Amino acid sequence: MTSAARHRRNLLIALSFLLPNFLGFLIFTLGPVVFTFGAAFTNWDLQGIEPLRWVGLFNFATLASDDRFWIYLVNTIYFLLGMPFAIAGSLAVAVLLSTKIRGLVVYRTLLYLPSVTSGVAVMLLWKVLYNPDFGPINHLIETFLGWLGFENAKGPAWLLSTQNLFALAVERLGIDPGQFGLGAREAIILMGLWGAVGGGNMLLYLAALTNVPKELQEAAELDGATRWQNFRNVTWPQLAPTTFFIVVMGFIGGLQGGFEQARVMTGGGPAGTTTTLAYYIYNKAFTEFQMGYASAVALVLFALIFAVTLINWKFGNKELNY
Amino acid sequence: MAAENIKGERARKFAAHVTLWVLAALSLLPFFWMVLTSFKPLAEVESPNPFPTEWHPENYRLVFEQVPFARYYFNSVFIAAWCTFLVVLTSSMAAYAFSRLHWPGRDHVFRLYLATMMIPGLVTTIPNFSLMVRLHLLDSYQGLIIPAAFSAFGTFMLRQFMMSIHPALDESAEVDGARPWQIFWDIILPLARPGLVTLAIFTFMGNYGSLFWPLIMVKSEALRTLPIGMMYFDSQYGRQTNVLMAASVMNIVPLVVLFVVGQRFFVKGIMLGSVKG
Repeated sequence: MTSAARHRRNLLIALSFLLPNFLGFLIFTLGPVVFTFGAAFTNWDLQGIEPLRWVGLFNFATLASDDRFWIYLVNTIYFLLGMPFAIAGSLAVAVLLSTKIRGLVVYRTLLYLPSVTSGVAVMLLWKVLYNPDFGPINHLIETFLGWLGFENAKGPAWLLSTQNLFALAVERLGIDPGQFGLGAREAIILMGLWGAVGGGNMLLYLAALTNVPKELQEAAELDGATRWQNFRNVTWPQLAPTTFFIVVMGFIGGLQGGFEQARVMTGGGPAGTTTTLAYYIYNKAFTEFQMGYASAVALVLFALIFAVTLINWKFGNKELNY
Repeated sequence: MAAENIKGERARKFAAHVTLWVLAALSLLPFFWMVLTSFKPLAEVESPNPFPTEWHPENYRLVFEQVPFARYYFNSVFIAAWCTFLVVLTSSMAAYAFSRLHWPGRDHVFRLYLATMMIPGLVTTIPNFSLMVRLHLLDSYQGLIIPAAFSAFGTFMLRQFMMSIHPALDESAEVDGARPWQIFWDIILPLARPGLVTLAIFTFMGNYGSLFWPLIMVKSEALRTLPIGMMYFDSQYGRQTNVLMAASVMNIVPLVVLFVVGQRFFVKGIMLGSVKG
């Protein structure tokens, strides 16, 4: 067989193995992406009230002046604020587990359970836990406050409250001091922390920690470094690629997030305070049937995620892999 | 000095254990509360005492009487099982082509394919929904299964796994006259079994709990999956917190069992999924 013939034969064999996956990819990923790029420039409406028309940049112009879009973008970013705490928590747990502690598997199993069971059932559970009147969380808070001498003090209204730690105003962009407090957004972030701290990121850190060369730490110890200095100057830089990966994935996931929480726990409320871009797209497309407009919002989301991915490509491999 | 060091070490270990137990307790408390509430009589669900004064296991039976919960269970498991089978099949075939076969441009194509993993699902949902409408697959098992039968992530993960299998194995089989299909089926797949199991567990869990796609695809009661059924249950009978919690417990038990049984695969899968290609 000539070399060209062998090449062709190899290519055909490879294609036969790739065929099912590539077909699926073309039909359910690539085709739809191209389609969305087109749909975002039309007035496509599933109810067919108006005939389908090319509208140019109309959807994007509408979006730029759509207050709700900007408010929901802020909400989406607000939810990302849980990320540094989740990462710090995962790292702390991984450090505790990496000290050759007995019972590692037991701890790891118990701590991982919240992230295995995430989903509708667990969100319905948290909805009850957060109930301001008879939920156990406020019961604990109110008992504690009473014990401190604040009789009849009330806990936060959690999922029913528009308050937030940044005192963001309701239904407009801006600050309103009256909105300072704990509300629905904090409730969802705290639930996310519960699910994330012992989860996949913790496992990633745990694996990365076992790969930090022991000689480096021992050398630092001999030089009289304290445990904190050792962690700060030896371990933490060694963990940089892992941290970078976790942060990038966190951004990509977080920007698309918040749909389930909004759909299951709050309906996006109160007053839109827990509506993220993902939930907005869902509502525009599947309850208002404005497919063209929803596609435009989806493309903006795509652009944001693409920007994060570019940062990943640019810096991910070069500077952070030691 | 040495004795002091050992003492310090012991104190540190003890502190680590205490911290971890506190964290483990925080992880589990919501589950305890859920299980205890699922055994309460309705009159006690608002009581601050987390323990039921009388135990009502019949709450679990009530779930099946109030909604077709067995049907939800069946639908979720049936759909997730099909998706899992198809994802493992299509991904392992593609991974084989990307890792064990030699053809021009392989690694470039792989890198391009990998880049598609970052396409957010929300960008493809609307056209896919409209495609399903056109194909008359709205509100059907096929419509719930087929779009979820392909996974770039699965291909990526299994490729990483298959790259680590020694190349001499398929080379010697080739010399013995084995055809690519035989090598794939008889040599590579058995050796990649841990990777396949890992991907299967991840895929099953993901589809078992999937909400967005079923939410827009399912119209009839007979097709409701557990997540959809749970939401319906909450909207109809949400005031019966005890029965709702019984349903939630039954919803997550399979996940907990699967996780505990397949734990070592989990750890492995998360590692493989994060290694850059």
